[in-house]
Amino acid sequence: MISNVSLPWWAWAAMGVGLVVFIAMIAMTIKRNRGMHRSLFASPYTLWMIIFTVVPVILISYYAFTDANGHFTLDNFKNFWDSHYEANKVIAAEGKRLGVDYSQYIVRGTVNWDTLVYSLWMAFQCTVICLLLGYPAALFMADRKMKLGSTLVVLFIIPMWMNFLLRTVAWMSLLEDSGLINSLLKSLGFEGVQLMYTSNTVLLGMVYNYLPFMVFPIYTVLNKMDFRLSEAAADLGCNSFQTLYKVTVPLSVPGIVSGITMVFMPSVTTFFIPRVLGGGYTMMFGDLIESKFLTEGNWNAGSALSLLMMLLILVSLSILRKVDPNGEGGGLA
Amino acid sequence: MMKLLKKCYLGLIMVFLYIPIVVLIIQSFNAGESRANWEGFSFRWYIELLQDERILNALYVTVSIAVIAMIVSTILGTLAAIGIHAMRKRPQAMMMTLTNLPNTMPDIVTGISLMLLVLFTKVERGYVTMLLAHITFDTPYVILSVLPKLKQMNRHTYEAALDLGATPVYALFHVIIPQCKQGIITGAMLAFTLSLDDFTISYFTTSPLVQNLSTLIYSATRTGIDPTLNALSALMFVALLVLLLIVNRRTAEDK
Repeated sequence: MISNVSLPWWAWAAMGVGLVVFIAMIAMTIKRNRGMHRSLFASPYTLWMIIFTVVPVILISYYAFTDANGHFTLDNFKNFWDSHYEANKVIAAEGKRLGVDYSQYIVRGTVNWDTLVYSLWMAFQCTVICLLLGYPAALFMADRKMKLGSTLVVLFIIPMWMNFLLRTVAWMSLLEDSGLINSLLKSLGFEGVQLMYTSNTVLLGMVYNYLPFMVFPIYTVLNKMDFRLSEAAADLGCNSFQTLYKVTVPLSVPGIVSGITMVFMPSVTTFFIPRVLGGGYTMMFGDLIESKFLTEGNWNAGSALSLLMMLLILVSLSILRKVDPNGEGGGLA
Repeated sequence: MMKLLKKCYLGLIMVFLYIPIVVLIIQSFNAGESRANWEGFSFRWYIELLQDERILNALYVTVSIAVIAMIVSTILGTLAAIGIHAMRKRPQAMMMTLTNLPNTMPDIVTGISLMLLVLFTKVERGYVTMLLAHITFDTPYVILSVLPKLKQMNRHTYEAALDLGATPVYALFHVIIPQCKQGIITGAMLAFTLSLDDFTISYFTTSPLVQNLSTLIYSATRTGIDPTLNALSALMFVALLVLLLIVNRRTAEDK
């Protein structure tokens, strides 16, 4: 079992060096300022983050690049491109030993790759639907004539207090074969419909859970926007549609970018929603990582997948940052 | 006309958001166990809730972890924000990267990386590991809500306090902290709610023996959700709603 493998000596050495550097930096700050300096207030947090964030990330990377015996290998990443990689290696070795050519039996498995593509596609659809549903909602909320803004913001937040797992399960009782919608249909004399365990059900669950994350940032930006600009556009002859897409939408880009980030990221990695609403028929990337660790116990392959996931998110974030370099979209608040 | 259409649209979105919650609350008053058939009104599940040790225990774990994690991460985060604010450019940028890292990492990766750390150090997974994990993901949010307030603050008030003879610690408590109180409160509330609602990170950092509500519900989805859980979440929902109303009334009075 992997948990019995201990860290190589150089990892301990690196940790020791890190600790010494940390202490030395604190000592230097004290010496330079001849005593207490305010920046030292951050040192407990720094130490905490090194232990609980930096070290764990290093551990994941360590596992991703080693095999079960702790030797360096790139097999875990090859495993990503070819999910039969390990099995194929065994078959090839066996063939070599017996002197038989098994190469015709070797098939490349694409489970991991397909799962990633499927997750990205689902997350993309979810983001687009959230944007299409959420933008008008944010726009109407920010409408000064309606005077509804702050009340509606609270109404958007309240559902998020209900445990999100239970909210998702509640959809199940609406959608399942003996659920509310189907019983209603049947009592009206219609045929029942299969609503659970499809990609669309998972999509519904995702949109339901992540819609507020799209609405808030857009609303924040629209609310801060100088409304005289759109009035000016109207005075200068724009009709309301032109005002919308020439003035309001371009000005709300930071909010849109931040909303897209906040919806897309969690929806790529969710594993509870597809578990419950997809019933195991829809495997998403988060699902895959979880099952690699907890079902298969293949930590090395799981770590490699996690690392790829992180990389993917970092790349998409840096692309989004280019669109909104100052991060003006803000977050939840 | 347009106004009516807009209101209708917002109304439909609200219906979409509240349908599952309404269903859940109605189910909690259903006398039968079925999720679909209405068998009459009763408080049966609320009474069973009070006798269900597993759920009450999970409730205790959830709330106590949320409270402790909130307190620790608020202290840790506020101090860190003050420290980061006082740093020079280069270390400040480094610290901000470190602070933003957990936000950019997917929850599942955070959870798994912490699980690896726990297993590596051969600490038993359970209450303490879950608490440490919660503090870890809460603290950056506290920092991110306190820092903007510090930036708005007039730099010279602190220096003036020192010139007038205050020690740095005295100036911290009497000058800096009162000025960013609002940010600290926001951060603390954010930390509390995030911790209350977390599933993924708790799932990886605890053992099946110590469960919070989320992990309990997750394991229940395999065997079928107990209506007592509906009753519990209906109660928590109402409790939070009342809390919000009280807080709102308070702040309204303050103004």
